[in-house]
Amino acid sequence: MCLGVPGKVVAVDGLMATVDFWGVRKQIRLEVVDEAVHPGDYILNHVGYAIRRIPASEVEATLALYEELLKHAEREDDLMAADIRGEIAGAGDDR
Amino acid sequence: MTGSHGSFAELKFRDPVRARALSETLARLTNEIGRSPVSIMHVCGSHEQAIAKFGLRATLPRNLNVIMGPGCPVCITDVPEVDEGVALARQGVRIATYGDMVRVPGTVMSLADVQAEGGRVDVVYSVAQAVDLARQSTDPLVFFATGFETTAVATAAAVLGDPPSNFFVLSAHKYIPPVMEIVAEMPDTRVEGFLAAGHAATITGWGVFEPFVARHKLPVVVAGFEPLDILAGLVKLAELIRDGKPSVENMFPRCVTKEGNVRAQEHLWRVFRPIGGRWRGIAHVPNGNLRLRDEWAHLDARKQFDIDLNRLWDYAPPALVQDCICGDIMAGIKSPTDCALFGKECVPHSPVGACMVSSEGTCKIWHQYGGHPDLSPHRASVRGGGPDLGGSSVAVCAR
Repeated sequence: MCLGVPGKVVAVDGLMATVDFWGVRKQIRLEVVDEAVHPGDYILNHVGYAIRRIPASEVEATLALYEELLKHAEREDDLMAADIRGEIAGAGDDR
Repeated sequence: MTGSHGSFAELKFRDPVRARALSETLARLTNEIGRSPVSIMHVCGSHEQAIAKFGLRATLPRNLNVIMGPGCPVCITDVPEVDEGVALARQGVRIATYGDMVRVPGTVMSLADVQAEGGRVDVVYSVAQAVDLARQSTDPLVFFATGFETTAVATAAAVLGDPPSNFFVLSAHKYIPPVMEIVAEMPDTRVEGFLAAGHAATITGWGVFEPFVARHKLPVVVAGFEPLDILAGLVKLAELIRDGKPSVENMFPRCVTKEGNVRAQEHLWRVFRPIGGRWRGIAHVPNGNLRLRDEWAHLDARKQFDIDLNRLWDYAPPALVQDCICGDIMAGIKSPTDCALFGKECVPHSPVGACMVSSEGTCKIWHQYGGHPDLSPHRASVRGGGPDLGGSSVAVCAR
């Protein structure tokens, strides 16, 4: 539940950002992120809220970890993969 | 190649050389501490998932005991808190909550049971979805808010975001730092160091652990979720324990700073105040519960509804619950395999206790991935798929 999931900011509209998670676009709220977020940035999403802007130097390593977690989830009910998918589902649908 | 403990497993790491080096360093440091076993506690369901999923315990030295403490937010939600949600739902109030909470047993029933008898219970992935549901109707909707500070920040943002007047919050949010104090003082646990969860510390900052370290003379290391991050965190903890140097070390600098996310903290403390309360299976935890401040009484479900718990007591509690040792497991005193119900009467599709319900519960994690992998030559794999992190493979010395 506290794992969160990283995604790439596509557009920002006030306190709402359109964020791409491996091709799935979601609306993420920006009320509690403590740095300005711009298109092209990566954020860590937890239950529909960006809790951190991921520094550019850390994006690659962060994405690699999640890709491993998702890629090797052969079982449909793999707990970590399910939590990550839940975090993506937690965001508002792209409108 | 043969190892000192005689058996091997093929464990796959993204950086097998580094994994091996860390594993060897950890074994050396643990031996140098000179006590057995050395117990380290982590307080994060995602850490336990990673440890179990990748079979990390098989790479740990025999004399190092890594245990999961009260790190599953669904599990530590206390029975009376579930009862409040259940009572409200049975009184006809619409409830929205996170998925795992629905199946957690209260004293006599779960929210899923209320749903089955016609109650209105909605599963949401985010508090924002609960606010949207409230907007679509004039009926009152209570968001049963669970989770640690990381999740409470989102609830706080929703409260501050001008929700509709039919939206209410039943807060069962918990705050992690105070419970570490309780566990550190438990005589049966004998924890010598804590591995702190990276993403909770993203919010609070690692500085939040400094008073704890000063009081209890126990080291705290903040670690990420990659198996190598966890190994590196354990190595740092073993080093601090060996040197008798209680301090806070941040091994997850790509996400965690000393101050944390100050803006998120401002949201959190504007909406919530910490008060003492029980955590399921643990104890009364001073300042461990997050409750809405009086300023938000107009959307506090406890103040706006007459929650009638007495009517629940007409039912007899299910007998098996008395044999559930979820509390001792979360206190780090026992393991799932110590429980007579584990994998027998208590399985994920029919859980007896909260630890088998949540994806972050120790019992459910061990049931899926295996807690201590069986690495005998005939069965060099863990139940549920085996350690698998891609990349090239490395033979590691197993217990």
